[in-house]
Amino acid sequence: MLCGMTTSHHEPAIAATGLRKAYGDKTVLDGIDIQVPAGTVFSLLGPNGAGKTTAVNILSTLISADAGTARIAGHDLATEAHAIRSAIGVTGQFSAVDGLITGEENMLLMADLHHLSRTEGRRVVAGLLERFDLAEAAKKPASTYSGGMKRRLDIAMTLVGDPRVIFLDEPTTGLDPRSRHTMWQIIRELVGGGTTVFLTTQYLEEADELADRIAVLNGGRLVAQGSAEELKRLVPGGHVRLRFSDPEAHGRAATALREVTRDDQALTLQIPSDGSQRELRAILDWLDAAGVEADELSVHTPDLDDVFFALTGSSVPAQSAQSAQSAQSPQPAQSAQSAQSADKETAR
Amino acid sequence: MSTAGHAFRDNLTMLRRNLLHARRYPSLTLNIMLTPVMLLLLFVYVFGNVMSAGINGGHADRADYVSYIVPGILLMTVGMTALGTAVSVATDMTEGIMARFRTMAISRASVLIGHVAGNVIQTMLALLGILGIGLAIGFRPDATPVEWIAAAGLMTLVSLALTWIAVGMGLASPNAEGASNMGLPLTMLPLLSSAFVPVDAMPGWFRWFAEYQPFSPAIETLRGLLLGTGIGTKNAVLAVAWCLGLSLLGYLWSKAQFNREPKR
Repeated sequence: MLCGMTTSHHEPAIAATGLRKAYGDKTVLDGIDIQVPAGTVFSLLGPNGAGKTTAVNILSTLISADAGTARIAGHDLATEAHAIRSAIGVTGQFSAVDGLITGEENMLLMADLHHLSRTEGRRVVAGLLERFDLAEAAKKPASTYSGGMKRRLDIAMTLVGDPRVIFLDEPTTGLDPRSRHTMWQIIRELVGGGTTVFLTTQYLEEADELADRIAVLNGGRLVAQGSAEELKRLVPGGHVRLRFSDPEAHGRAATALREVTRDDQALTLQIPSDGSQRELRAILDWLDAAGVEADELSVHTPDLDDVFFALTGSSVPAQSAQSAQSAQSPQPAQSAQSAQSADKETAR
Repeated sequence: MSTAGHAFRDNLTMLRRNLLHARRYPSLTLNIMLTPVMLLLLFVYVFGNVMSAGINGGHADRADYVSYIVPGILLMTVGMTALGTAVSVATDMTEGIMARFRTMAISRASVLIGHVAGNVIQTMLALLGILGIGLAIGFRPDATPVEWIAAAGLMTLVSLALTWIAVGMGLASPNAEGASNMGLPLTMLPLLSSAFVPVDAMPGWFRWFAEYQPFSPAIETLRGLLLGTGIGTKNAVLAVAWCLGLSLLGYLWSKAQFNREPKR
């Protein structure tokens, strides 16, 4: 156990270099590099059709890459698939439960396939059913479960083998807010226990909430990588907002400060800023020098939505649907569409 | 445990999964059995006099025809349950759990072996049922215990062969409907065999096909074992050769398809 932990600390849980995958002449992954330290959450963020599922499918040994190398849990993807399979757990985008049998039978099936002894299997299964709040429904056919219950069963089945690395492909897609928060709690507990989690999502909030590192995938390429904070710093949109109640003070401040966006109706000023102490002090100094006093000062950092739309080159949803489909970018929209169908097909 | 030990346990686990499915949804198996039972009753009670008269040179004897037809109906049932496997494999492949199995450290073949073993066991149970109905309507086999064992062995072998072919068909089909269409020969070939009338009674141009296709040699061999009619070395050898050949072909075809990367 101790030995296993030291090795996992030496080597990242997932290390991939130059992964490529194409279906026909459609390139789904165009050379991506990923490093995930053991015991952390890595989130692959991207719009539909970006190649997220293909990346998961490759890293989880379901399909092979056309080019590139990867080591998962210390094993080579190309030559040691079996060893990788015994170290990972995968919960795909589509429910991977056997609907014809009960939740408990699904779990016992996993215990058998992990070659646990009968008593050990029953113990692990009972514990997980309890932990995932499925004990009551355990004797019912899985096909009768609600979406949230199916997802929980799905993850519980993945955990039977006590995997060191877990792949979760859009684990909360289609879940109601309560189930989504339950899922987040589950993921946090997993990481708390030392498991490495590779998560794909199209929800920025989810990546922000869970991930130590986020990579943004768009059109088969990683367009940015870093912590949520680092990514937010990548894009413009951070600003300091000053609000005045006195129109005259508002006017004076506007003249004193350079590069401001002024709103005469609301009596506000927006100054581009990364929100650092130095920049704030500079703004305050200018205001002091001009002898004006703002009623309110607030710092706005860009959220991941800003980052996402800036990096993936699509229009912000606040703009009208018409501009989202404008002639400005018909090409990316179309390629995303067709890449999506390829993505969905490989997922099955 | 060794790798072989693990693989063996995986096979048993997958077999259990398939038997569990069958136990939960017995209507599927019963539906499949319905066709051969209907045909048996139809040919004995409705067409029985004409059929037996045709075979016996004008002398109608329905009881005689029961004995002639039961071995054919038994092997037809084997074909029908195999078709059921083609459909259930095709359905299973579209289930999300298949992706899970593929990312687990298990013996991959176990997924298919589970289907095959599960179906062979179900087929044997179905055959017992058909045999029971046959006995009830006047089928009187005169087989010795050794001949019974040989007959059971033959039916197992035919079931194994047809099921492996059916698994290949199920894997090659995008969905249950496709598998059902592709598996049509499994239900049609018995009609074109010596199941209902002897091949001698067929037109010359067709006789050759009827005589050598997989079902006829197996039916003739089974008839010989149960009723003491002459088998002939040719039929026995052909029957076993077809079974071994189809099993191997079906196994290799299925394995190659299952190991291919999932595309759909």
